[in-house]
Amino acid sequence: MIARLIEGVPRRALILLGVLLLGLIMAPLVASDYLLTVLILILYFAYTGQAWNIMMGFAGQLSLGHALYVGLGAYTAATLYVHFGIGPWIGLLVAVPVAALAGAFVGFLAFRFRVAGVYFAILTIAVAEFARVGFDHLNWTSGSSGLFLPVAQYTHNDLWNLRGHPAMFYYILLAATVLAFIGCRALLKSRIGYFWLAIREDEEAARSAGIDTFHYKMAAVVISAAMTSFAGVIYAFFYNNLFPEQVFHIVRSIEIILGPIVGGIGTLFGPILGAFVLTGLAETLTAALAAAGVDLPGTKQVFYGICLLLVIMALPDGIWPWLCKRIGLAEREK
Amino acid sequence: MPADIYLNVAIGGVLTGLVYGLMALGLSVIFGVVRVVNFAHGEMMTIAMYIAVTLFGAFHLDPLLMLVPIAAVLFAFGYVLQAGLINAFITRPEHTQFLLLVALAIIIVNVQLILFGPDAQNVQTSYSYDSFQIGALIVDATKAYAGAAAIVVAAALFTFFKYTRVGTAIRACADNYTGALVVGLDVRHLYALTFGLGAACVGAAGVMLVLIVDVTPSLGPAYTLLAFVIVITGGLGSMPGALLGGVLIGLTEAMAGLLFTPSAKSMFAFAILVLVLLFRPQGIMGKRAA
Repeated sequence: MIARLIEGVPRRALILLGVLLLGLIMAPLVASDYLLTVLILILYFAYTGQAWNIMMGFAGQLSLGHALYVGLGAYTAATLYVHFGIGPWIGLLVAVPVAALAGAFVGFLAFRFRVAGVYFAILTIAVAEFARVGFDHLNWTSGSSGLFLPVAQYTHNDLWNLRGHPAMFYYILLAATVLAFIGCRALLKSRIGYFWLAIREDEEAARSAGIDTFHYKMAAVVISAAMTSFAGVIYAFFYNNLFPEQVFHIVRSIEIILGPIVGGIGTLFGPILGAFVLTGLAETLTAALAAAGVDLPGTKQVFYGICLLLVIMALPDGIWPWLCKRIGLAEREK
Repeated sequence: MPADIYLNVAIGGVLTGLVYGLMALGLSVIFGVVRVVNFAHGEMMTIAMYIAVTLFGAFHLDPLLMLVPIAAVLFAFGYVLQAGLINAFITRPEHTQFLLLVALAIIIVNVQLILFGPDAQNVQTSYSYDSFQIGALIVDATKAYAGAAAIVVAAALFTFFKYTRVGTAIRACADNYTGALVVGLDVRHLYALTFGLGAACVGAAGVMLVLIVDVTPSLGPAYTLLAFVIVITGGLGSMPGALLGGVLIGLTEAMAGLLFTPSAKSMFAFAILVLVLLFRPQGIMGKRAA
């Protein structure tokens, strides 16, 4: 199994991955509270970006509504905790199926009725927006006034109830990111992965070759949605407050997909690299503007937008494929 | 509630819907020809709204008089944008175009935030509170003017595409890109022209909308979404469809606001979108290409 996963990966890439992982494991020992929060954000985007990449990067289905799955995961687990005292790990057993069902709903609507391309993308936005306005008016989750989890003191880490120090969340997200990375590699190397790539490249041809494209596209949406909802559960218990206006907002969906696009769509390392680059960029801009004494709201986002524009103009395939060629890593590590 | 309240609200919704339709028409024209989804559409509309608000604030210029000049400014903006930036992206994958326009949208929203601040701004004209009374019906003057202007602009655009040589050439590009190149059309110029026209449409819509709603920087993304909903409901690439979709969504929002709560009105617009995608994915007036 492991031999199959690392087959064709150059030794240098493995060593680099090992060093990076070791660095990330050690990071909380030296990082300040601020840096740790930034790292948590990076891992959150790396993980959700990886999940989104399954749909777009592997199966070629552009989803612009992944905030839906984050939000459903977050709200399901948080509601179970607040109303029934059910812990997040049990809540996960409900949250993941709920998100997977929502993914299946979107997929079924779209793929049964041949809604593809731009239409599909806008359907995903519409369902997420529908959920946002719906949750705004759902009294059981306190509607637009927000759902609050009881805030815990950081005296000890309660892993079972996810109450504790940010470092605990950091390690959970790190583990999730590593597992997602390995899982995606395994998927790509398996039958389903090859079918996805075939569908992405030419759906007509894939269907002619006898691939049940409906079935495999559904699999991509459901797996992606289920994975994303885990990040939602962590989000809920890390921030302790949920507002439909924030969780389900289209801006959240866009944030998720910027990382993989900038990093390199369809690549395994792209979402991780993209998360580091973009979150790093945002935090650097914050620090630079603070140092320059500029505190005009919006300035940071203007620079951020300009950087995005420059990246997409210079490197339309993303940073990672370009970097791979530069540092001589094999092209086979897709 | 007496029946004429419903009728009054419905007419208000239809008139607002005409303005929505004009906004969506811009998106539809751009997508129909250039095949690029303008994810900065609502943001471009807020540019026009802010120009109108600023001109009104500084010189007391009536937005309706400034309709043509502001639409011209937006035309130039759209032309330069397509010629300078988007033309290089037309053969690239959809998600790359998406990122380009999202980056542009982020820049527009936040430049507006820096220049105008987060507070809502509006225009108070001498006729802001006027209304026409036709029998039992009461129609807001601003909405009536806005709806009428939307029809005029849309009619001008139909005429342009149908009867002028340039309009015909643009339709040729939309029908067959390679064919248009073969017969020697300057496709890049025509694309830029089309994007300019789409921007002018949404600019004109913005100038009229400023009479009806307050403008904030965050309005842009919301209206981008609304334009998508309308265009897909009516049929992507269909010009009458965009107007019809606008009226339908405007009416739905108005009735939902009256019967339920105004904050839930966009839910009904999205529900209509999902229903249309289910039962008529090409939209009400759309013809499905492959």
